[in-house]
Amino acid sequence: MATKKFLYVNRKAPHGSIYALESLEVVLIAAAFEQDVSLAFVDDGVYQLLQNQDTGKLGSKNFSPTYKALGDYDVSKIYVDQESLEQRGLNKQDLMPLVYEDEDDDWAEKDSIHVVSSTELAEIIEQQDVILNF
Amino acid sequence: MSVLHIVNKSPYDRNSLHTCLRLAQPDSAILLIEDGIYASIKNAAASESVQQALNSHQIYALQPDLEARGIDPERMIAGISLIDYDGFVKLTTDYDKSQSWL
Repeated sequence: MATKKFLYVNRKAPHGSIYALESLEVVLIAAAFEQDVSLAFVDDGVYQLLQNQDTGKLGSKNFSPTYKALGDYDVSKIYVDQESLEQRGLNKQDLMPLVYEDEDDDWAEKDSIHVVSSTELAEIIEQQDVILNF
Repeated sequence: MSVLHIVNKSPYDRNSLHTCLRLAQPDSAILLIEDGIYASIKNAAASESVQQALNSHQIYALQPDLEARGIDPERMIAGISLIDYDGFVKLTTDYDKSQSWL
């Protein structure tokens, strides 16, 4: 099967609607089919990656630890829009650490999260074959 | 007492909070729930208008919704009161009516 470049653009906050959870599930499916998957977090989507989310009192599923499994599915290109972080009073340290093991570098653990400028993100969008929005 | 204004949308996704702040009487209270709690974070684009609203309104935020979203109370704008579900119920009975800015 030919490999295509898939970009998932996430622009919704995590627990107020079902979008974030649905996106994550579709991402894991595409990754299981060994596609070239990238994730972008823009606008309120950046809230999906905040550390220490605990939905215990809401009685809803806490899917945020699942992002940490992305590395095991070879999803290692996670782009976070710098401008969206800044507008919300956040920075990279507020995000959960997401890593992958680089098979081309003796399985060294590397950072999956890349905080990018608008220009960089615009280029990443241009490079894709398929773009899915959530 | 007067009106309890309830905001459940992120100030960066919808204009609910801004319309609420524009139309809320000075003695009314504002309760941030669900994605509305993102407005309680300091040093952000929406902080200034929330800070200003604190001069004329009591502002509350629902703690379980902050916890679900990983927002530490330390990040909150000073002056916003954290409440739990029981506090939420009490607020709805303390005020004459509730206005939900859906």
